[in-house]
Formats: sequence, structure tokens, C-alpha cells
Amino acid sequence: MNKYLLFPGCSMESSAKAYMESLNAIMGPLDLHFAEIDDWNCCGATEYLGINLIPAYSLIARNLALAAQQAKQMDGTRTVVAPCSACYLNLAKADYYMQERPSLGVKVNEALDAGGLQYEAGALDVRHLIDILVYDVGLETIRNAVMRPLTGLKVVPYMGCMLPRPDYQHRWSDHEHPTELDDLLRALGADVIDYPLTTSCCGGHMTQIGPETAFELIRRLVADADERGAYLMATVCPMCQMNIDAYQNEMNHFFGTEYHMPILFFTQLMGLAFGLAPDELGIGAELVSSRNALANIGVEVPVTQEPAAPRKKYEGLPMPPRLLKGQRREKEAVK
Amino acid sequence: MPQMTDERVRAGLAREEDLSLLHEVSMKTAGVSHLEMCIQCGTCGGSCPVAMEMDHTPRMLFAMLRAGMREEVLRSNTPWLCVSCYHCVVRCPQEVHIADVMYTLKGMAIKAKLYRDSTAPDFSQTFVDMVESYGRSYEFGLASRHYLKHFPLRLPGMIPMGFGMITKSRMAITPRKIKHMDQLTAILKRAKQLELTS
Repeated sequence: MNKYLLFPGCSMESSAKAYMESLNAIMGPLDLHFAEIDDWNCCGATEYLGINLIPAYSLIARNLALAAQQAKQMDGTRTVVAPCSACYLNLAKADYYMQERPSLGVKVNEALDAGGLQYEAGALDVRHLIDILVYDVGLETIRNAVMRPLTGLKVVPYMGCMLPRPDYQHRWSDHEHPTELDDLLRALGADVIDYPLTTSCCGGHMTQIGPETAFELIRRLVADADERGAYLMATVCPMCQMNIDAYQNEMNHFFGTEYHMPILFFTQLMGLAFGLAPDELGIGAELVSSRNALANIGVEVPVTQEPAAPRKKYEGLPMPPRLLKGQRREKEAVK
Repeated sequence: MPQMTDERVRAGLAREEDLSLLHEVSMKTAGVSHLEMCIQCGTCGGSCPVAMEMDHTPRMLFAMLRAGMREEVLRSNTPWLCVSCYHCVVRCPQEVHIADVMYTLKGMAIKAKLYRDSTAPDFSQTFVDMVESYGRSYEFGLASRHYLKHFPLRLPGMIPMGFGMITKSRMAITPRKIKHMDQLTAILKRAKQLELTS
């Protein structure tokens, strides 16, 4: 099987750990191999681009330069795979704009030169994980690896925005209603519900800078999935997962609603369909539990003993501890 | 484009410094922005999920750019509300790189200190500070610094979430650093010098 270079991205080792765990777990059954780009750095997300142009693109391009260097030592590899939609977009964007605007490419290379690196734009193919799974591995192979079809699991496919758009290399079936995730989930035997909001925005960084704006965007997605009878949502992006999972509680408080809509990474659902156990796939790391949703298809998620939130004991003003009568007597008795 | 500018200036339709704003924004945008090609159709604003909260729809903002309204444009909340969903970008009949123009305007507003609300610029700057120190994003440091400054009242409601993220080991308390931080620092230092001279 073809070898790929992997750009994991920062979320995969923190908030989206479950994505990485489940990806590692399904690589075996699919005979997939990834070589992690050595010493990769953050892609800058949507933040660096809004501050400085050349530094933002140089930050991204360092990864491309490292990947291209590493690719030379691996026979016939020129594909960088990013499982995170924001990383995927930034890497693809830098590669594309450095070609579209050669002066940008020249300046970025001048900056890279200060670190002893070079990148010739166009030398690599930047692709998202689901692109590899649907178009390289193929739905047939995936179907053949299914040991426990997800029959009866009502799921809405949520693609998010930064994956199908702006789509510099024309990789997706559509910019607004792509069907790659639908097809993949169907291959797993899931009951895929049509979801017109599949590429609507999850709020992106607005949960951090304009929460009320973000809550409304999250509400739309969750409410629509709920109305359509979905047990859960499937996502391809750590940012989407984070916003819909970790901020759902705050969103419910804000609107006075009581939605409970779990959201899992599509790789976690693949793992379940391949017969792997939930705890091998990071299931249970989500804050909106998928326990009941998965119980519908007979998958039992073991209850993890969750420690109670720490409650500081009220001790009043800092004063020397008052000795009780009994204690005093005890002390005296010891003497 | 420069020829058309000259004609418009000669005809008294615009002052040269006004028209130069559009050109400046276009030149500062990554890729070929196509900003000059905007036909004011409004597809962008109609496609935008947060247009109702914007001071100006993207279409209106681009008209203001053309009119040379520098201060009004840089004070607008529009670029800061853009969620980078790229709906407008794929629908624009003129292929204007709208989201990238928004990034350019944010950068210009920061440099000119013309934003009204510092929440968004501070968040971006804090994120960048973390990346420039460690080479990776550092969510715990970012979240605590940002929320304490801008959303202290939101913190109590966020305790269960933050606690869940930590106990489910989805948020590390200590940052991770890349091996060749010196290399990245050298690259960014050179890039910043280039940014000043371009």
C-alpha cells in the first residue's frame, strides 16, 4: 500500500485525541501507512493569517518544506495527509497561493532560507484524510473490512466548511453538498440521514471571541440534526467536534434548550464497524456522551468512573484552626 | 488597472489616494485577490451566516474600499466576524478571494489600531504568541489568558467544560515544544523583516 506523509496538527494530540486514537486503530484493518512529518509545527489556524501575511505563510511553508524533504527519502510519495480541516486548508492554501502569486513564493522561500529550508510550490499534494479513504482506499475495501455493520444507527454526516471550500484542487464532489461522508457512512451500514446543513459553519473561532454568534451557529446544526431524528453527528474536523461537543452545554444554557446531540469522528464509527471496541477508539472522551446513541445498535460503552468536580472546602477566613473541646482533652490525654 | 485609475482621476470621479486603498488591500492579500473585479451583486452578504451581525456586508465593505473610506473600513466589525466558512468565496461570480481579503483587513486594522473591540485581535495575538514560543498551539495557556481578560464572567459556567477537557486528557496543562524551535524562530524573524519591506 502507498505510503503517505501525515501532518497531524495540534488538535490531534489534545482536544481531538480520540480522532488520532481511532485513526491509529483503523489503519491496520485497511493496511494504511503514514509517516509523520518530523518536527512539524502549528499551521497557524485562522489566527496567524489575520495578523501578518509573510510570517503566516512562512509558518505553514516550513511544514511543506520539511514534508518535501522527507518525501525525497520515501520512494514515490508526494502526498501530505491532514486529518484536520483547518490544517488541510492552510497547507493547501499556502501551496496554491505560492504558485498563483509567485512574488509570495519568493518571499516565503527567502524566509525559509533563514532556517536552511526551501519549498518549491506544487511539489506536494495536500489531501484530507477522508479524501484518501474514499478515493484511494476506496469504499469497496472499506465495505469488505466491516465486521459489525452500523445498521440502524441514525447519523447525520457533518462535513463542515473548510474541507469542501474553497477547494483549490477540485477534489470534492460539490462545494456545498458533498456526498463523500454520506457514502462512507453508508458503506459502514449506518442509516445516513440527509443533512442539508452538512457544510454550514460550526462557528470556528467565534466560540472564543463572540460566543453569542457561535451559539446560534451551533444551535442551528444541533437543532436540525435533532429534528431529523439523528442519534448522533459524524464529523471530519477537530474544530467542528470541539465546538459542537464542548460548547453544547453552554449553548443550551444560553437558549434554555436541552439538546443532547453527541458528535463523533467518522474514524471512530469506522472502528466500531470494523469490530473494534469503543475504548480502543477514544469513545467516551466526548463531553456530550454517545453512550445512549450507541446503545441503540447494541454497542456498550463502558462507564468511565468520572471524578467529581473538585469542591474547595469552605474554611472561612484564614485563621488558626479552632480546637474543639474533645480535641483538647485528647491532646492532654496524650501528654 | 493603473490606466483605468488615471482616467478616473482625470475625469474627477475619484482622487488618486482614494483609489489607492483598493489597490493596497488587493496587493496585500495572498494570491490574486480579484478584488477589483467585484460587480456589487451581493451574493457574498446573502451567503454569509453572520451577515446580520456585521456593520457592513462584504459587498458594502468592498464598495467602501473603492470609495477610499479607509477609516470606516478598518473600524468595521465585518472582518472580525468573518468565520472563514468560504460560502461567499465559492459563490462569488467574480472569484474574489473574499475570506483572504478579510484577513488582510484584520491585519491592516491591527497595524492602524482601528478596531473597536479588542477581543478578537487579542485572541489572534495570544494564539500567535503561543505558536511563536512553542511552535505548537497551547490551548490551556491560550484559553486561560484569553478568558481571564475578556470573559471573566463566563468562567464559572465553563468550569464543567474545562474540567471535562482536562480529566478526559483533551487539554494538556503544559505546552509541547517542537525540536527545532530555533529554526522556526529564525524563519519567522526573517519573514517579519520581509513583511515590513513589502
